[in-house]
Amino acid sequence: MSKVTLKLSGLEPLIVTPESNFVNVGERTNVTGSRKFLRLIKEDLYDEALSVAREQVEGGAQIIDINMDEGMIDGKEAMVRFLNLIAAEPDIARVPIMIDSSKWEIIEAGLQCIQGKGVVNSISLKEGEESFIAQAKKIKRYGAAVIVMAFDEKGQADSYERRIEICERSYRILVDVVGFAKDDIIFDPNIFPVATGMEEHNNNALDFFNATKWIRENLPGAHVSGGVSNVSFSFRGNNVVREAMHAAFLYHAIQNGMDMGIVNPSMLEVYDDVDKELMEYVEDVLLNRRDDATERLLEFAETVRGEGKKREVDLSWRETTVQERLAHALVKGIADFVDEDVEECRHLYERPIEVIEGPLMDGMNIVGDLFGSGKMFLPQVVKSARVMKKAVAYLLPYIEAEKDGKQSSAGKVLMATVKGDVHDIGKNIVGVVLGCNNYEIIDLGVMVPSEKIIEEAVKNNVDIIGLSGLITPSLDEMVTVAKEMERADLNVPLIIGGATTSRVHTAVKIEEHFTKDQTVHVLDASRSVTVVESLLGKRKDAFVKDIRAEYEKIREHHAKSRSAKKVISIDEARNNKLKINWAEFTPKVPNKLGITEVKVTVSDLRPYIDWTPFFRTWELAGKYPNILEDEVVGVEAKRLFEDALEMLAKIEKERWLEHKGVVGLFPANSVGDDIEIYEDDQREKVLYKQCAMRQQSKKASGVPNIALSDFIAPKETGLRDYIGGFAVTSGLGIEKKVEAFEKNHDDYNSILVKALADRLAEAFAEYLHEKVRKELWGYAAEEKFSNEELIKESYKGIRPAPGYPACPDHTEKIGLFELLDATRITGVSLTDSLAMMPAASVSGWYFGHPEAKYFGIGKIAKDQVASIAERKGLELAEMERWLSSSML
Amino acid sequence: MKDIKSILEKRILVLDGAMGTMIQRHDLEEEDFRKGWFEDHGQPLKGNNDLLSLTRPEIIKEIHAQYFEAGADIVETNTFSGTTIAQADYALESAVYDINFHSAKIAREVADEFTAREPQKPRFVAGSIGPTNRTASISPDVNDPGFRAITFEELGTAYKQQVEALMDGGVDILLVETVFDTLNAKAALFAIDEVFEERDVKLPIMVSGTITDQSGRTLTGQTTDAFLISVAHMDLLTVGLNCALGASMMRPYLQVLDKNAPFGVSAHPNAGLPNEFGEYDETPEMMAEQIKEFLSEGLVNIIGGCCGTTPEHIAAIAELAKEYSPRQLEVHV
Repeated sequence: MSKVTLKLSGLEPLIVTPESNFVNVGERTNVTGSRKFLRLIKEDLYDEALSVAREQVEGGAQIIDINMDEGMIDGKEAMVRFLNLIAAEPDIARVPIMIDSSKWEIIEAGLQCIQGKGVVNSISLKEGEESFIAQAKKIKRYGAAVIVMAFDEKGQADSYERRIEICERSYRILVDVVGFAKDDIIFDPNIFPVATGMEEHNNNALDFFNATKWIRENLPGAHVSGGVSNVSFSFRGNNVVREAMHAAFLYHAIQNGMDMGIVNPSMLEVYDDVDKELMEYVEDVLLNRRDDATERLLEFAETVRGEGKKREVDLSWRETTVQERLAHALVKGIADFVDEDVEECRHLYERPIEVIEGPLMDGMNIVGDLFGSGKMFLPQVVKSARVMKKAVAYLLPYIEAEKDGKQSSAGKVLMATVKGDVHDIGKNIVGVVLGCNNYEIIDLGVMVPSEKIIEEAVKNNVDIIGLSGLITPSLDEMVTVAKEMERADLNVPLIIGGATTSRVHTAVKIEEHFTKDQTVHVLDASRSVTVVESLLGKRKDAFVKDIRAEYEKIREHHAKSRSAKKVISIDEARNNKLKINWAEFTPKVPNKLGITEVKVTVSDLRPYIDWTPFFRTWELAGKYPNILEDEVVGVEAKRLFEDALEMLAKIEKERWLEHKGVVGLFPANSVGDDIEIYEDDQREKVLYKQCAMRQQSKKASGVPNIALSDFIAPKETGLRDYIGGFAVTSGLGIEKKVEAFEKNHDDYNSILVKALADRLAEAFAEYLHEKVRKELWGYAAEEKFSNEELIKESYKGIRPAPGYPACPDHTEKIGLFELLDATRITGVSLTDSLAMMPAASVSGWYFGHPEAKYFGIGKIAKDQVASIAERKGLELAEMERWLSSSML
Repeated sequence: MKDIKSILEKRILVLDGAMGTMIQRHDLEEEDFRKGWFEDHGQPLKGNNDLLSLTRPEIIKEIHAQYFEAGADIVETNTFSGTTIAQADYALESAVYDINFHSAKIAREVADEFTAREPQKPRFVAGSIGPTNRTASISPDVNDPGFRAITFEELGTAYKQQVEALMDGGVDILLVETVFDTLNAKAALFAIDEVFEERDVKLPIMVSGTITDQSGRTLTGQTTDAFLISVAHMDLLTVGLNCALGASMMRPYLQVLDKNAPFGVSAHPNAGLPNEFGEYDETPEMMAEQIKEFLSEGLVNIIGGCCGTTPEHIAAIAELAKEYSPRQLEVHV
């Protein structure tokens, strides 16, 4: 290896010689890598962005990498501004700058701002020699070193041969054609992930090491750099393994001549401290020493996860400074010591508020960064928030004791589940996530009428209003709130979220009613922060402009597709009903006609729990049970699952929840689209007439326009058919628990118990359906299905719920509940919007015919709405309101 | 032209002294700055010394001659403020080409006369490129540290004009001096490199920074070695220090350059620090005494004077320079 010296400078020199240690490049001032930094830049909080840079320099970064490549910001302007500000901060500007961008324009703008000798990150032969030469020449003229990516016209180098081929070619051009100083050339020969399970990736690390060695031996002067964390990408979520991999990778890379790189110091274990066995497996993978290296490491990684758990009770972290302990507690979500730590900390600061603004916010910023970069998942964040809330609650009395004890927040967000709706899990999660990002949350709870929302918004002078709801009538209620906000002249942004809400609905139905500020639909909790930040930050105008343009497009598209949608008349649809050969069907007479009350316990329901939606609630994507082994979210999914099982055991043992249900089985026949439900098999007295909705879209020939009534034998066949109805709940008693958790600032468990109650209610419905099929009705007495098959709904017969696709008409619930005397028996009541209360409740109809299947009504026309209104004896306008989301 | 680089290795070259100090001796009036060129200009021009190369060329020529007479090998053109940026204060952006071209031309004429007289001691002209009165790395507004009164591009454009005119006028060397903001200097170097490429000509380049305080940093905060690294991407004839501090205070920083510079090293200190009347009162002997120290240490290849120095100072320095060997340039692989 030739003696090479890379000389860089900020206000002070940085000289890299073969003897110097590996040069560590700070990576946090990068909008693509740090969510926090991106937020600060987006919101124009350059002072805070500067402190990110400062922390890195103080933390030992020898160069700081600055990247402003993000679609939502003007990268060039941000780069110039940030570099100019850095120039005024001697404690930051002392280190050299790495100008990181994929856009030449930004790189050049950056080069014009630094008086020292920096590094350009990066250029390559990707666009061919001509632009490579032109850029290299300019960089030389500006007096900077350069990182050259192993990338050419054919693509990114992914083998040893391609790496050295591209690096050599780049080197020769730089040295021979451009006259670039050899010492100022730094190659990035691409660090790619290993142990991905794809055979072609097995040699990724080894190829990098060998290419590094080759470069250092054959391209005099040149240096080698790279982003180390890439290598362990497939172990996201398992930091023990990742840290070991980084340590081993760095060790070998440095041995082979890598002398600069981007490494997150907190994700790095000391090579010698890594467990010997783990190190062996890691090195097997990195050096591709065995065919089964990946499998062995994966297997071993599992056991390390186990140890990771053991680490939680490892209290060695208690020996660090109180600030570090608080950060640790926040990141790990450990609430056990929070009061004593906060108490200790309080004495170290002049004012209690400083504990929040200092160590606590610092800790939450780490959490925000980790979540933003995919290193933490929602359940962990919610746990962190619990610690934060507890700490703040402890400090509150001291803060209030001060005269001007004001807590600065990023903004006040009012949140509410709208009138008539009781579903709040999603809303609560959004609240927690926003809270973690320093927003003050004013949560008005569930079933909040618009007047209350307006009143509280004005009273608290909020910066933004967020509405949530799950059932379709809530969509209409949101429109009402929007109109009321308009009338009240509330000029704050409105955000819309919840399962049935959509961008289309927001664009088509809500936005136009509220002109005082912008209405935005938010898909899920993880996106809520970005949206709120955009709406409250300095770049709001640009964001709003984009949203408006997007919604305008959606409206146009919607109008077009609406006019393109072919709907047939209700009469035509009825003529195309599903034709069941009733002559060949003998309906089973239910074993137990009439109403049956059902009480169950958790142990009855446990086998029927469908866990997949539970993980979805926490924004962990994947199917149960595979999700527990998932590369990305597996560790967290497992942890969450363990917490859930633990709580489930308590729910069972300590009887937190009461589970009540009712089933009714009745004689029934269809009459047109209606289903007449009779008091007894005399079939004379109609107890209730279910008005089924019928698909009205134009079907291909041979495909029927279905209504639920098609599954019931028509009166004229003379067949004695039957129908069932049910209502179950697992939410009785939940309020007490939720209250207790919230009193203790424990959002995590509060959300957890609600999510579990939801699962139990669904399991109850599944359990009951089986009981009905096998016993109470008994049409499938012989069936034997596994839980999995039950979830896949392999059985005969369906249990459609009013408000869902096969019968979107929520008003059917009124009749169903009366028929079953459900409110008295189960304690479940209906709200103004016909949501069931408690929220963890399920109700629906039973259809037993083997051809009965789930379907969606889709869009219907006004003629059918008029027909339903007439059949139900309701005003057309009222019927339209209830069915508005189904109407074209 | 003799190869200045090879001469530099053999003996210490002497740069001239202050231009301003010499001009002050002439008690010039407003009309001296206008004569024949700017008679009707709407603004007072007195103090815009660069204009004298046009309006009173004989004075400037005389000063050059006095310095050559005193033993200088190199004189600097009277173009310290010869950029559109500096001339904007006088609304004379349009005079920039003439200032540089004619300043170079008269210095060239004097140098050629002396070279003709003493062929064994060839005389050189260094085109003086000042820092301008704006800084690219510092905001003039304390409340808005991100603000800049000048951009790199604006500086580059202005420097390019100056460099082209100086080269048209026949300078031998380009001297980017009194660098208090390395970013300004980098813009000048960027412009020079562009002109070199366009004209396919290369002249030796000298860069000279200014250490403004005893912490050893430039006005914009760079240490001497960081400053060196920041300008070392160009193939320089010399890197050095001038102005601000007197000779003795400059010494530690010259040692830094000596240790690290892959180029020659230059120094042209002030005649001490200004007294309470703004005058420099270090006598030639006093200054020579201090300079002797770093000549004996072999720290420099080019030595001269800045503010407050006169032909008498230069004569004393030139006498001294003869007695010492120049700094040895390490051969770098």
